[in-house]
Amino acid sequence: MSFLLRRLLQAIFLLIGVSILTFLFSTLAPGNYLDEMRLNPQISAATLASLRAQYDLNRPLPFRYARWVNAVAHGELGYSFAYNGPVAPLLWIRARNTLLLTLTAMLLAWALALPLGIWSAERRGHLPDRAISLATATLMVVPELVLALGLLILAARSGWFPTGGMVSVGFAELSRWGKLRDLAMHMALPVAALVLSALPILVRHIRAAVAEELGAPFFRAATAHGIPRRKLLYRYALRAAANPMISLFGFSVGTLLSASLLVEMVMSWPGLGPLLLEAILARDLYVVIGGVLFSTIFLVCGNFLGDLLLYWADPRIRTAGGAR
Amino acid sequence: MDRRRVRRWFVALLVLHAVVGGAGFLAPYDPVKQDREHAYLPPMRVHFLGRGHLHLRPFFYAERLREGTFDEFEEDTEKAIPLRFFSTGEQYRLLGFLPSRRHLFGAEGARLYLLGSDGLGRDQLSRMLYGGQISLLAGLLGAGGTIFVAAMIGTVAGFYGGWRDTLLMRLAELFLALPWLYLLFALRAFLPLTVSPLRAFLLVVVVLAAVGWARPARLVRGVVLSVKERDFVRAARGFGAGDAYLVRRHILPETRSVLLTQAAILVPQFVLAEMTLSFIGLGIPEPVPSWGNLLAILQQYSVLVSYWWMYLPALAIVPFFVGYQGLANALHVDGVTVKIEGKRGGTHHDIGTRFSPAQTD
Repeated sequence: MSFLLRRLLQAIFLLIGVSILTFLFSTLAPGNYLDEMRLNPQISAATLASLRAQYDLNRPLPFRYARWVNAVAHGELGYSFAYNGPVAPLLWIRARNTLLLTLTAMLLAWALALPLGIWSAERRGHLPDRAISLATATLMVVPELVLALGLLILAARSGWFPTGGMVSVGFAELSRWGKLRDLAMHMALPVAALVLSALPILVRHIRAAVAEELGAPFFRAATAHGIPRRKLLYRYALRAAANPMISLFGFSVGTLLSASLLVEMVMSWPGLGPLLLEAILARDLYVVIGGVLFSTIFLVCGNFLGDLLLYWADPRIRTAGGAR
Repeated sequence: MDRRRVRRWFVALLVLHAVVGGAGFLAPYDPVKQDREHAYLPPMRVHFLGRGHLHLRPFFYAERLREGTFDEFEEDTEKAIPLRFFSTGEQYRLLGFLPSRRHLFGAEGARLYLLGSDGLGRDQLSRMLYGGQISLLAGLLGAGGTIFVAAMIGTVAGFYGGWRDTLLMRLAELFLALPWLYLLFALRAFLPLTVSPLRAFLLVVVVLAAVGWARPARLVRGVVLSVKERDFVRAARGFGAGDAYLVRRHILPETRSVLLTQAAILVPQFVLAEMTLSFIGLGIPEPVPSWGNLLAILQQYSVLVSYWWMYLPALAIVPFFVGYQGLANALHVDGVTVKIEGKRGGTHHDIGTRFSPAQTD
């Protein structure tokens, strides 16, 4: 159990570290939202002063940090100056959209990468392997930004997919199936961009991991026993190669979240990405901190899920972790 | 390290950089010169055949507005304009200091837009080439800064150990755990928003260097840790060598290959990071072109639908990715490029170099 405990502690440490880091950056900031309000002649100096006092902007940083941590512990993430309301509900909606996008992309990417990687490993050096290697190498050199923009242009010119947003204008009037279809159509482009950007790394990893097991003595023995090829590959080799792949899983969460930030902005998907950008441009301090923190929480959850899976799949970790 | 492969990729990259470095000569026009009559002109064609004759000198037709439209152009076949090679044109400074008027090609009477023009009638090809200078310089300087910082931090952590090691490596883990785009954003969020192009450029470079140091620093630390226990280092110490001398003469040279590989991985990532920042409006501002802000216009739906050639500058980064990935792979000693954090029992695999600076170890 100590393995999981240690990982959990690490995760908490990470969250604390990130929050301190974002707060530190915020003091480096020349100017804040209120400074921009000062330019507005209709807002009096007295109002600004009271606002400053209300948000503790005059207090030293450690004090503000302590106040903020206390608030977060009570479920309050601060106040958005630009939206003139609490940050938490704002973030929840956006976070939900981001999760919808990344989880779909994640599932799809793994569903595609597993068979491709295994196929490629099995036919090492042959045509399928070469074709897949070429495809992954090509995808590797096309950065997400270029890929996402390219897909967007393709969609805009062909008119096959809507370009931007999450739902159409008349979404509320659609039937249940119509709603689902509409959402799927809007998701198609960003998900495609995410899957294509994540795919080459996944396929390469899976190929390497499986290829290693294919040469192992146990695998040759199993082949000699006449176990069907498919079962051999998907049951035996995949299982044996699970360890590096689970490490890869926890890690693809981070890649996808990062890529999703960008893809959301390019394709105007109403997730955390565009919100974060808006908040940065408006100097909306607590939204920025909250957004970064939310994303970090996702990341930490993804990594922890990976650790749980690893703990479940690999008995060596259990015993080694227990002994330590 | 496969020296021949390294050399090959290095030469290829040198050529690519020379193309961008020689923007002044290769680009036919000044990147900020406007031609409002020819806004959003699609890429023009260069002809060899005209009126049934084969022309040795390639030529192009001047474009005019199609009758009854206000944004569609057509070739004016009456006005054939020959292309002039090594012609004199607008003054520029090669590499920023050598003044010259000589361009690879040009024409008199009309402007040739090989990659089309933007909304202000500026030549996209010229903007792409000049923009590459900014983006590549940001990437190179950012990577240089990162490598320098990483070498310092890694050496201090590895050489002195103790609390310095613990502190620095914990910090590195923090930076590693966060996706680089978040870091980039978090950092950029709290720096001034509207600044002059030069300051924006320096800002971008500093932000990049601050984001990417963690992974190379950890790798350097690993090398330093193993090197400092080697016999020749112990011997030098026994002869009374000081810390500074040891680090300079015996330890830093050993980290060279790691640092070079990391640099080859970081440069394209940083160019991309600059593109991303400029694309969303947090990087280099107009009118100075950069690969990122050339694409920013695509955020407008109308441009996206009607003027596809505005996308072309995006593809400029692809050859650089190919080159740097090739170089990084060739540089790496074991042929294993990036290894995933080896959780117990885990194995390391070749996964290429796409990873962003702060993600893998």
